[in-house]
Amino acid sequence: MTLRVDYYPTRTYQGYKLRPGHPLPFGANIIAGGVNFSVFSRHATSCTLVLFEKGASEPLVEIPFPEEFRIGNTYSMIVFDLDVETVEYGYRMDGPFDPHAGHRFKPEQVLLDPYAKVIGGRDIWGTPPNWDEPYAHRGRLAFDDFDWEGDKPLEIPPEDLVVYEAHARGLTRHASAGVKHPGTFVALREKIPYLKALGVNALELLPIYEFDEFEHSRLNPDTGDMLMNYWGYSTVGFFAPKAGYAATGKLGMQVDELKALIKDLHKNGIEVILDVVFNHTAEGNEQGPTISFKGLDNQVYYMLTPEGYYYNFSGTGNTLNCNNPVVRNMVLDCLRYWAAEYHIDGFRFDLAAILGRDPWGAPLANPPLLETLAHDPILAKCKLIAEAWDAGGLYQVGSFPDYGRWSEWNGKYRDTARKFLKGDEGQTREMAQALMGSPNLYGSRGATASINFITCHDGFTLNDLVSYNEKHNWANGEENRDGGDDNHSWNCGVEGATDDPGVNFLRRKQMKNAAVMLMMSQGVPMILMGDEVARTQYGNNNTYCHDSELTWFDWNLLESNSDMLRFFKRLIAFRHAHQALRNRWHLQGHDQLATGYPDISWHGRQAWQPDFSQESRTLAFMLDGQHARGGQQPDDMIYVAFNSDWNAHGFELPQLPEGKQWYAFVNTALAFPDDITEVGQETRLEEQHYILVGERSAVILVGR
Amino acid sequence: MAFESELRTEDTTAFIIAKGELDANAAPEFRTQIETAAESALSKLVLDLRELSYMASAGLRTLVFARQKMGSDVDIYVVGAQDAVRETIEMTGFHHSVDMVDDYSGIA
Repeated sequence: MTLRVDYYPTRTYQGYKLRPGHPLPFGANIIAGGVNFSVFSRHATSCTLVLFEKGASEPLVEIPFPEEFRIGNTYSMIVFDLDVETVEYGYRMDGPFDPHAGHRFKPEQVLLDPYAKVIGGRDIWGTPPNWDEPYAHRGRLAFDDFDWEGDKPLEIPPEDLVVYEAHARGLTRHASAGVKHPGTFVALREKIPYLKALGVNALELLPIYEFDEFEHSRLNPDTGDMLMNYWGYSTVGFFAPKAGYAATGKLGMQVDELKALIKDLHKNGIEVILDVVFNHTAEGNEQGPTISFKGLDNQVYYMLTPEGYYYNFSGTGNTLNCNNPVVRNMVLDCLRYWAAEYHIDGFRFDLAAILGRDPWGAPLANPPLLETLAHDPILAKCKLIAEAWDAGGLYQVGSFPDYGRWSEWNGKYRDTARKFLKGDEGQTREMAQALMGSPNLYGSRGATASINFITCHDGFTLNDLVSYNEKHNWANGEENRDGGDDNHSWNCGVEGATDDPGVNFLRRKQMKNAAVMLMMSQGVPMILMGDEVARTQYGNNNTYCHDSELTWFDWNLLESNSDMLRFFKRLIAFRHAHQALRNRWHLQGHDQLATGYPDISWHGRQAWQPDFSQESRTLAFMLDGQHARGGQQPDDMIYVAFNSDWNAHGFELPQLPEGKQWYAFVNTALAFPDDITEVGQETRLEEQHYILVGERSAVILVGR
Repeated sequence: MAFESELRTEDTTAFIIAKGELDANAAPEFRTQIETAAESALSKLVLDLRELSYMASAGLRTLVFARQKMGSDVDIYVVGAQDAVRETIEMTGFHHSVDMVDDYSGIA
């Protein structure tokens, strides 16, 4: 290969051939004949590139950046003839150690490149690290030669999504998963047929960026169990997939294994959404380790108090300074990289309200980072989903700065659905809003701004929501103080597992009622991994620290709770079959198309007369299929009735257009197998004007 | 066992027989042979890995390299990869770049 003339070395250092590098892109990138290294620091006084042979404790060489290799606040260097397969790299930064001024330079520490695309050193999940290793998380080089076979992000319209929130390891770690490499990306690939059969078309993965499962690891004093950072909401490197989630991590091939998973998911019509954690890092506060940012330029990367302490809006020790322009660019570079190189379809931003705070913590009216992401050309088709609150008290559900692009985890939907489900009074009006995709919150943004969920990783599973009044977090070793207390859960009469058949029947019915709410709501439904088979975590609502059977998906549940699985599958299939349920824009309650029916109409025990009184626990609605998608894709009539009361109630049915009749799809009051039919095989109602909705039950009818 | 490889060409089919351990040090040799093979007009490239006991990531990358070097008109066969090698190829998705066959009878 002929090298370009300008790539000839201009210097040598201890036998290594060098020349000034390209300041952009940041990171370490393979170029013809060598590797281009570039790193930012504003306050460092000097920078040294440290190269290692893979896994070695002692460096191969330490190359100080000559002064002419610094442009502005960037240090860049091309090193020729490196073995790109085996080299590892890091930096030393010299500069002031003056915490009061925000500076924590520590030149004795080799630092991880924030742009490292592969991070070695922790290649196998759960292998206890060598705590004496001075350079634990080690930058490596990535290759961009993956054969995508024409794949690209799927760009499924948001209104058509059914999201499945899952833990990349937990889904396949249980022995019952029957996979060769449990808890890995390759094992997840084996489970694609399950996801496809379930009917979900977006897989939202809990964090898969490199993190340290041993951060704050400890033994539970009561049980002796190892408690670790299982969820992974604490990033070590934003550009690198977690090596320990790849069966090939020990070969350093996690990039390829993850890409192979994404490609196969796409082939099966399933998008990939990553849960990304840009609000803080794994470096903690003053007491935490120096891994990367702290030693590169603490004052730039973190929000600091005037005294130089870490602001803690994340509840985890530090807060990334996301609206500093340098940090903002890093976030943008990172997301662009994942969208372009990994074909990621969307991102869910953990504690996203933090991303709208200024460097001193005050909420911004027009946060530059959120605006930048919304308008970015590379991210233009990616779903951007905010967890619209933070641990510093900023709660922005319904008011998150959206720029016409952002959707939100609708926390108010969750709370309303839970309260209505357990029979709280005064919920019907709010519940009606929730079923419509919360126009009260997202009036100008459309129904798809609302990611509807009743459960997620953070909190009770669906089964626990109907089995526990209180959290039971003793296994977390924090004396049951951790985890939320406002669960709006109801145990159906007995706290925890029981063999009382009446209680168990009610719980099943409540789970099905919740599923009906979720799948009959306008907006984007999200299901928590395992809820479709009634997975329990025994009342623990904060299982972040358990890598055990408590958190793993037990595949035996597919058999033992096959009735639940069937119910979910059919319900999801029904949603996919009925576009009336999947409108991008909010329904108006008016008959814009002069069909004789409003697009959505509200009913109660009397047709056309919803009861929104304080005592009401009954609510029904009808969708006129002729209005589906603005009348572009006509559908059947759909009628859904909820009765959260402890007494059965008769509901008068609205009159259908001439020639149409009501058919029953779901009646959760009925035991398996009569609770649900196959889609398209609904049973014609004998009585067309009235239906009895049992106590704490839901009904779905189709008019055709 | 040290890496050994041998290239021979019959008509429009090139055979590369690789033995031993294909680690990062050996990968350039394997890569060079693929480049050499690509110099003649080929319809098939057969990579005989029956006696290859280990393949590092650098070795796997040469499969992608072969696909990119040869273009889509050349069929690339990987013959008789041992379990560990085959599994790594499959886990990283590299099997989509090539045809994995058990023995020579699997070559079309």
